[in-house]
Amino acid sequence: MAALLEVKGLKTQFFTQDGVVHAVNGISYKLHEGETLAIVGESGSGKSVGVMSLIRLIPQPPGKIVAGEVWFDGRDLMALTDDEVRQVRGNRIAMIFQDPMTSLNPVLTIGQQIMEALQLHLGMDKSQARQRAIELLEMVGIPGAASRLDSYPHQYSGGMRQRVMIAMGLSCNPQLLIADEPTTALDVTIQAQIVDLVQGLKEQIGMAIIWITHDLGVVAGLAERVIVMYAGHIVEEAEVHELYEEPHHPYTLGLLRSVPRLDMGKSKRLIPIDGLPPDLIDLPPGCPFAPRCQYRTEKCTQEAPPIDATSPTRRVACWNWENVVADIKEGGIYV
Amino acid sequence: MSSENGSKKDVLLEVKGLKMYFPITKGIIIQRKIADIKAVDGVSFSIKHGETLGLVGESGCGKSTTGRAILQLYRPTAGSVLFEGVELTEMKGETLRRQRREMQMIFQDPYASLNPRLTVGNIVGEPLEVHNLAKGKERQERVQELLKLVGLNPYFVNRYPHEFSGGQRQRIGIARSLAVNPKFIVADEPISALDVSIQAQIVNLLEDLQSSLGLTYLFIAHDLSMVRHISDRIAVMYLGKLVELTDHIALYEEPLHPYTQALLSAVPIPDPYIEEKRQRIVLEGDVPSPTNPPSGCNFRTRCPRAMDICAEKDPEWKNMGTPENEHWVACHLY
Ligand SMILES: Nc1ncnc2c1ncn2[C@@H]1O[C@H](COP(=O)(O)OP(=O)(O)OP(=O)(O)O)[C@@H](O)[C@H]1O
Ligand SMILES: Nc1ncnc2c1ncn2[C@@H]1O[C@H](COP(=O)(O)OP(=O)(O)OP(=O)(O)O)[C@@H](O)[C@H]1O
Ligand SMILES: [Mg+2]
Ligand SMILES: [Mg+2]
Repeated sequence: MAALLEVKGLKTQFFTQDGVVHAVNGISYKLHEGETLAIVGESGSGKSVGVMSLIRLIPQPPGKIVAGEVWFDGRDLMALTDDEVRQVRGNRIAMIFQDPMTSLNPVLTIGQQIMEALQLHLGMDKSQARQRAIELLEMVGIPGAASRLDSYPHQYSGGMRQRVMIAMGLSCNPQLLIADEPTTALDVTIQAQIVDLVQGLKEQIGMAIIWITHDLGVVAGLAERVIVMYAGHIVEEAEVHELYEEPHHPYTLGLLRSVPRLDMGKSKRLIPIDGLPPDLIDLPPGCPFAPRCQYRTEKCTQEAPPIDATSPTRRVACWNWENVVADIKEGGIYV
Repeated sequence: MSSENGSKKDVLLEVKGLKMYFPITKGIIIQRKIADIKAVDGVSFSIKHGETLGLVGESGCGKSTTGRAILQLYRPTAGSVLFEGVELTEMKGETLRRQRREMQMIFQDPYASLNPRLTVGNIVGEPLEVHNLAKGKERQERVQELLKLVGLNPYFVNRYPHEFSGGQRQRIGIARSLAVNPKFIVADEPISALDVSIQAQIVNLLEDLQSSLGLTYLFIAHDLSMVRHISDRIAVMYLGKLVELTDHIALYEEPLHPYTQALLSAVPIPDPYIEEKRQRIVLEGDVPSPTNPPSGCNFRTRCPRAMDICAEKDPEWKNMGTPENEHWVACHLY
């Protein structure tokens, strides 16, 4: 199957007063049509900058995409004109963000905002757009959609606003939906509603999804494949079942171990990952995770491990991943 | 509730019928009260010495307000708060100020809760000065001791908050709250703003401090997995009221209230095989406004098991467990 999206050696930096922030450091991955890919990693690991770079939404300056190709449906987005990229963004790739309030215009009604996009991108007339807007709101589960069309964003709850963002994202039947932590600001019960909604819509519409999150729990219920990022690098990529059964990277293992699980007996003590993430202006030589890593050997602090395939479906960037696997085979993940 | 079991002596804090209403006013020159935000609307529970009580619930249900009303940072609209048997709600002035030494708060946002213009030494040492506990060299030593206690280098005293990461700032906040040797700490979402890999460090620190200093915690959070990990007992709150309260095992193994059941079923589990098979109880709609809560049981508008009586009568707060293993719930199903 041909890839819908192929990212090759993407590198994005910010040129600030304090120095060059190495936000995304040469990442490569593929996404197939209709596939859901999750990107996980902690704050500052380059998740948002990584996907914003794909659609060239990096503030420039201070940001700059310094290297890389982004092949989407047969074209390199990095080689297109600004106008052409804008076309792709409006029609083929939709994006939803963490905070729906900042992406909605407070002085326009919800209906006006959805209809505007439909009229602009799909050339509908007003009554067609209104009809379609009602359908979209119904599709994302807004009760009494026709009567809520004339409400303003502040009259909607946080969960409803995120539904509106999804409705707007879907209005042009995109091939790819990029969701940047769309449920992080919401309560768990509302998060469950949104995840269910997106799963349902995906089956209905068949778009590919990139879902960014720091929550390994959400990923488990949502994604087919997972990319784990650390300090602007992809450190591990795997099919979702494989990743949770047998993480290969010490960082992934550390993340799984440091959160208590609701379905397991109460653990005596959590196992934290010691230390702090590195400063992206002054990255250590070698593997960026080495200073916090239990599996560190001398080589790790000298030479950065390349991301290599360990099976047809998996990649990992670690010199000692086989030791990680051996430990898990012997003692399990949750010790 | 604890008045029903004879073990009053181990109780550190007892909250009875606590209400905290915020008035909504209208008019510029003459302000008229037009309604109340019923942020906390009749909450009762107790916490034993050395215990951790978890308080969970969705955004806006009144968790922080409960914590603040207990510490008298807000003066409650009604109800009683007994700390070691002493009524706090009537306490004023110097007596209250002295009482506050025993009760401290740790805040959610480690960025906003530290004064950016003060050094770490002054931030941590300030309460010592305010309460006349230590001055000069003695104060300096105490500050360094506190920094060590929370896992920070004592050599950091002259640095400013912006030079620290979120997790380190949270440690500074914890050191500050420990400066006055409190017995009781309200930890209001102390890890929510931190990265996953750092959360476990802070939770372990709070647990270590509890066992070495004999602290009692009210741990406020919306992450149920973490709450279960750290709490002995857990109270679930919805729209200003408690709906269920029991020990950490019973709450997860036999949740009684439909809201607790829904909340538990919504927590994602990091295992794709489990997630595929899981049946979620999806709650319809949104939390109603605390200004105008539904009649009867205030959860009935979203409850998958609502009955006629739920609209008519406020459910009683009942112990469905035993006197030894209390399991409190407010629901007409029981
Ligand atoms: N406009 C900017 N100027 C300077 N640095 C920036 C800018 N935008 C992002 N960065 C830096 O790039 C790095 C990666 O940021 P990014 O937003 O991609 O992180 P993230 O993984 O999405 O984190 P989060 O989970 O907090 O959203 C960070 O160190 C950030 O400070
Ligand atoms: N000082 C105040 N004045 C007026 N209303 C308030 C005040 N503080 C809180 N409220 C209201 O009281 C209700 C409960 O708020 P509270 O902050 O206690 O909720 P919470 O459970 O801590 O929520 P979160 O999880 O978002 O922190 C909310 O409706 C809130 O808007
Ligand atoms: Mg981000
Ligand atoms: Mg709060």
